[in-house]
Amino acid sequence: MNTTNLMARRPRIGFWTTVVGLLLIPFLVITFLRFSKGLGAVSNLNDSFPWGIWIGFDLLCGVGLAAGAFTLTAVVHLFNLKKFEPIVRPTVLTGFLGYAFVIVALMFDLGQPWRIWHTIIYWNTHSVMFEVGWCVMLYTTVLALEFAPVVLERFGYHAPIRMIHKFITPLVIAGVLLSTLHQSSLGSLYLIVPSKLHPLWYSQLLPLLFYISAIGAGIGMVILESYLSQRAFGRHLEMDLLEPLARGMVVALGIYGLMRLQIIARNGSFSAITNFTYEGKMFLVEFVLGVLLPVGLLAFRKLRTNPTWLVTGAFLAVLGFVMNRLNIAITGMERAAGARYFPSVMEMIVSVTLVGIGMAVFALAVKYFAIFPEAKPTEAEH
Amino acid sequence: MAMGLLFDATRCVGCGACSSGCKKQNNLPGEVEELTTAYTWTTVKPLEGTFMRKLCMHCEVPTCASVCPVGALTKSPQGPVVYDSAKCMGCRYCMMACPFDVPKYQWDRAVPLIGKCIMCEGLIAKGESTACATACEYGATIFGKRDDLIRDAQERIKQNPGVYVDHIYGLTEAGGTSVLMISSVPFVKMGLKNDLPSEPPALRTWQVLSNIPSFVAVWGVFLWGIHWITARRDDVATVESHSKSEDR
Repeated sequence: MNTTNLMARRPRIGFWTTVVGLLLIPFLVITFLRFSKGLGAVSNLNDSFPWGIWIGFDLLCGVGLAAGAFTLTAVVHLFNLKKFEPIVRPTVLTGFLGYAFVIVALMFDLGQPWRIWHTIIYWNTHSVMFEVGWCVMLYTTVLALEFAPVVLERFGYHAPIRMIHKFITPLVIAGVLLSTLHQSSLGSLYLIVPSKLHPLWYSQLLPLLFYISAIGAGIGMVILESYLSQRAFGRHLEMDLLEPLARGMVVALGIYGLMRLQIIARNGSFSAITNFTYEGKMFLVEFVLGVLLPVGLLAFRKLRTNPTWLVTGAFLAVLGFVMNRLNIAITGMERAAGARYFPSVMEMIVSVTLVGIGMAVFALAVKYFAIFPEAKPTEAEH
Repeated sequence: MAMGLLFDATRCVGCGACSSGCKKQNNLPGEVEELTTAYTWTTVKPLEGTFMRKLCMHCEVPTCASVCPVGALTKSPQGPVVYDSAKCMGCRYCMMACPFDVPKYQWDRAVPLIGKCIMCEGLIAKGESTACATACEYGATIFGKRDDLIRDAQERIKQNPGVYVDHIYGLTEAGGTSVLMISSVPFVKMGLKNDLPSEPPALRTWQVLSNIPSFVAVWGVFLWGIHWITARRDDVATVESHSKSEDR
C-alpha cells in the first residue's frame, strides 16, 4: 500500500491529515507560548470570562459527544440487542478518543495542569468538579479496557482478552454508571450559578437535561461517524442498524425538547425568545437546529430510511448539541459577566488541531486494527 | 469567634488607604488598579455620590470553597475564606461560581494562582485587625466580631433616620457574609447584586451530589437486573429451541 493510493481511496483521512499537518507548527508555537507566558498570552480569557471554548467546546462537547459509547455498550451488553455489535468497536474507540481529547485539552486549560493528580489526593466531595474529575478518570480507564481486546488480539495476547470478556458485564455497568454520573454532572457544574446563567438555559434540571441531550447527540455522533467512515473507508452504511438508532435519537431529543420548553414556559423567560433578544436568537438557532429539525425530519420513517436525510438529521442534532453547550458556557453567561467573549485564533487552533489529531488517530486505528468487522486489516483489500 | 468587617459607605472619603494598606500587607506587586485583580485585592470607587469598596465578602457558606475540586479554598473558623495555593490546579471554577465575582487569576504568569482578599488571616490569627481596617482613618471599614458589627450597623441605621438604606448588605446575601456593608445609596445602584437568594448556592449542588450514593446503588441494581432478564431470556430461548438435544 503506498500513500498516494491510500489518499485517493480515503479522502477523509487525507483531509484531516492535511489539516493537522498545516496546523501542527502553529499549534506547537501556541503550546510553547501557553506554557511559557501563561493563559493570557494565547487566549481571550480574562477575569470576567474565566472559561472559554476549551471548556465550552473541548470539555463539554468532547465528553457529551462520546456518550454513544456507553449508550451502545448498554444496548448490546445489557439490553442484549446483539445486532448492534458490529458498530460497538468504532463507537468505543470514538468514546476513548473523545475522552483523551478532553484530557489533553484540559492540559491547556488548567492553569497548572501538572497538578491534575491533586484530585486524587485532595478531596472535596462537595465539589461537582471533583466528581467529574474522578468519573472522567475512571471512565477513561473503563473505555481503555473495553477497547483493549481490539489491540490485544492484533498482537495475539488472548489470556487478558479472556479476562476482560469474563468481566464485561460489570465493566459495562460501571461504564454506564460513571457516564450517567458525569454526563449529568457537567450540567450540575452550572447549578451553582443561578444568578449568572441566563434563565433560557438555567434550570434545576440541568443535570437531567445534559444527560438526555448527551444520549441524543451521542447517537447522532454514531450515525455521523458511520457515514464518515463509510465515505473514507469505502464501507456500506449499515442502514438496518442506524435506522433504529435514529429512532432512539428522536425519542431522546423529543423528551429533551419538551423538557426545555416546559422549563422555559414555567420560568417566564419565554419573552426573551419572542422579543428576539441576543440570548433569544441564540436559543432559537440552537433549538431549531438541534431539536426541532432533527426530530421533525427523522420522526418520519421515510426520511429515516433515506441515508441522506438520516445523516442530515444526525448532523443537525450534533450541531445543535454543540451550540447548546457553547450557549451555556458562553452566551448565557455574557450578560452577568458584563462582557462579550469570542475565542482567540490561538484558542481555536488548539481546539481544531486536537480534533484533527483525534480524527487522524481514528483513521490510523482503523488501518491497523479490526475496528470494522468486514475490513480486516490483515487481508488488506478484498 | 467569627470575625468580620463592616464597611460604612457614608463615612468613606475614597482616599484608597485600604487598597494600598492591603497591597503592602499581602506583598502584592504593582500599583493599585482600577478594578480588583489577582494583584489588587480591594478597591474603592466613587459611585452615585458615595464610595464603594470591593473585596471578598467571606461568605458564611462560601460557594468557592464548595466548588473547589481540591479543597484549596476553605472557610476558617475565624471568618476568613482562605486559599491554599499549594493545592490549586487552576480550574478556575471558583471564579465562575462566586456570586460576587471575587476570585481573580494571574493570567500573565506561566505558573498562575488565584488572587483574592483573605481577610489578613495571618494578622487575625495574632488577634490583630485587618490591614484595610487599620489603614482607614475615617472608621469607614472596621474590624470586629460579626455579631457585634451587625448590632453596630443596626444601631447606626436606627440612630440616623433617613441617612441609610434600611438594609445591611451581607446579612443574608448568598447565605450571609462576614463582610457587611451599609450605605445611603441602594446597593443595586452601586453594582452590587440585589437578587442573591438567602439560601447559599452551594446547597443547590449538594442536593444533587448527596444523592449520588443511593443513585449508584439503585441504577446499578437496575442495570444488572436488565442484563439478568435479557440474558435469561436468551438462555431460555436457546434451551427451548434445542430442547431435545440439550440435557443441561
